[in-house]
Amino acid sequence: MNYRRTKAMARKEFLHIIRDPRSLIMALAVPMMMLLLFSYALSLDVDRIPTIVYDQDASPQSRELTARFAGSPYFEIISYAHSYAEVEKAIDRGDCIVAVVFPPDFAHHLRASKPTSVQILLDGSDSNTGSIALSYAESVTNGYSMEILHRTPPVDARIRVWYNTDLKSHNFIIPGLVAVILMIIASLLTSLTIAREWENGTMEQLLSTPLRPVEIVVGKLAAFFLLGTADSIIAIVSAVYVFDVPLRGNVLFLAITTGVFLVGVLTWGLFISSISGTQLMAYQIGLMTSFLPGFLLSGFIYAIDNMPVPIQVVTHIVPARYFITILRAIFLKGVGPEIVWQELLFLVIYAIAVAAVATKKLKKKVA
Amino acid sequence: MWERIRVIITKEFRQTLREPRMRMMVIMPPLFQLLIFGFAVNLDVENSKIAWMDMDRTPESRELRDKFDASIYFQITSEPRSEEEVRSLLDHGEVVGVVRVLPGFARDLKRGKQTAVQVLVDGTNSNNASIVTGYASRIISSVGVPAGMVAPVEARSRVWFNPELKSRYYFIPGVLMNIIALITLMLTAMAVVREKEIGTMEQLLVTPIRPVELILGKTLPFVLIGLFDVFLATGVALLVFHVPFRGSIVTLVAASIVFLMTTLGAGLFISTISRTQQQALMSSFFFFMPTFMLSGFSFPIRNMPVAVQYLTLLNPQRHFIEILRGIFLKGEGFYVLWPQTLALFVIGVLVLGGSTLRFHRTIE
Repeated sequence: MNYRRTKAMARKEFLHIIRDPRSLIMALAVPMMMLLLFSYALSLDVDRIPTIVYDQDASPQSRELTARFAGSPYFEIISYAHSYAEVEKAIDRGDCIVAVVFPPDFAHHLRASKPTSVQILLDGSDSNTGSIALSYAESVTNGYSMEILHRTPPVDARIRVWYNTDLKSHNFIIPGLVAVILMIIASLLTSLTIAREWENGTMEQLLSTPLRPVEIVVGKLAAFFLLGTADSIIAIVSAVYVFDVPLRGNVLFLAITTGVFLVGVLTWGLFISSISGTQLMAYQIGLMTSFLPGFLLSGFIYAIDNMPVPIQVVTHIVPARYFITILRAIFLKGVGPEIVWQELLFLVIYAIAVAAVATKKLKKKVA
Repeated sequence: MWERIRVIITKEFRQTLREPRMRMMVIMPPLFQLLIFGFAVNLDVENSKIAWMDMDRTPESRELRDKFDASIYFQITSEPRSEEEVRSLLDHGEVVGVVRVLPGFARDLKRGKQTAVQVLVDGTNSNNASIVTGYASRIISSVGVPAGMVAPVEARSRVWFNPELKSRYYFIPGVLMNIIALITLMLTAMAVVREKEIGTMEQLLVTPIRPVELILGKTLPFVLIGLFDVFLATGVALLVFHVPFRGSIVTLVAASIVFLMTTLGAGLFISTISRTQQQALMSSFFFFMPTFMLSGFSFPIRNMPVAVQYLTLLNPQRHFIEILRGIFLKGEGFYVLWPQTLALFVIGVLVLGGSTLRFHRTIE
């Protein structure tokens, strides 16, 4: 490998990127857009669940329990129904997710020390919100029950949360976003680059020069590596300073892992573009092998433990899975290589293996 | 006029389906996406791995352990003996939580004194963590209640539409939307830009074909391909994922056609602002990504800032997802879903009309 030729190749590629303002803007705007979306608009936190109350009793007791629902941060009573039909309509139209229905003899039973019940109706279509709402509703009712009995619950569950004490979904999602953003760059930009050269016929020109395949790969890689580094810096700096995600671990370790991951996914993008003849094809394969698995099979939002076993096995070959584990370890847990060395090792092996295959493939195609 | 449109449609169909690779593109990516999405997108919490630390070692504490073990939500995978072990389990992410029964648990229970059980939760995955916390407190507060004592007020819950609370049923209709939106948007944008790039657009324009005919001829094949993918995806949803389908097929097809107006319009618009295929691909991604995120597919719209919530009313994907969920899970028809359908229709007419005008201008 000749350093001067590789440098010339990298320079050519870099000029390509910055001369097409739209690609450049996309490469920098996509990360910003994702960050903004995930920080300001998207959240999985379940609170202020829209609730409707149908109180057929209208007694001090039923009002007391209603007040407890209203006082809980998880429920927001948005209307009071006067008939069962109104409750049904509100849930059907999706105006409310939870309905609390008091029977007409609620207070009567309580005064007679007879057990009674409140009905909790739930729109289960959004099962996640549904199951959280269900457990909160039960605990509100239980709390009221215990107080009527004038007793404290015999066993108190003392919950302590580590790493993400406020259980904010932002702290969970934003570190993983760094990986997803880099996956997008890899699948969108890198996978198109060699395919474009084939399609435009400039690949033949490149090959007629003394450039060797490995120099083409490394040269292209270097240019996109620069872009990817810029994206990672934007993402990490804004995560910490704009969106207040804690960064508890070592910054140097973060930089090293990001670099290793970047080399791996960018080389994968190059590999795709060398095996697919057209840009559309390269884009499709890129989307399916980088972006989608990076988004769905990496534990970014959807926990790997909850997937069916065959899919869990597949996630082991998704590099983003390991990178996201490392990112969360650094950001939230503040631990380093002593805990996540296996993940790092995988990323290193992945980068080397893909680079070898990509170079070999290109060599074969050239010959 | 119809004759000319028919010719374009035939040409476009041939061009799209001639190559085996393109034929695959109409079938494989949707199938692949549906399967990955369907299996991976899941927020249910079951069999969470927890560690058990029993410092009391009495029949009472073992009884509590059995309750955790018997619950479908938990699975006890390790028994740490020291603080360091607990720390390392959580650091490595091997368990999502640690339950610690403190010494004196049984003694306090017998004396009727309030006692406590500690639950240490890894909050990294906030959503999982809050569900796990809820389940754990429910189990813990159920122990030690004297036999025969009945809670005066009981919460009797009934879950509608998705009684098993399976998140898959909620997500799959959204996946269907995602697939047909992505494929029709991209195919439309690419079909026009490719002709521009290769230079065959000029050839088309010197023929007697008028722009409107060209647009109709270019988009109608993709309506058919889109509908084909709707059927394909619905079939997989029913056969592989056993998602209930409570509504009617007619409603599904009618709503899909209205929705396709918006994606074809958007694809056409992208083609007017792009010169190369690469630009078209990136623009469609740039357009698709945020609209998908803000569609309520996974992130509830009511969690968004109020201004953004109003903004999502302009998002066709939001309306179509609501329609699909209504049809699949709730069995609703247009008598409930008419506001969403109307919104889709208005957006569709505007987008398609606007793009057509722009298309006219760019080729003149």
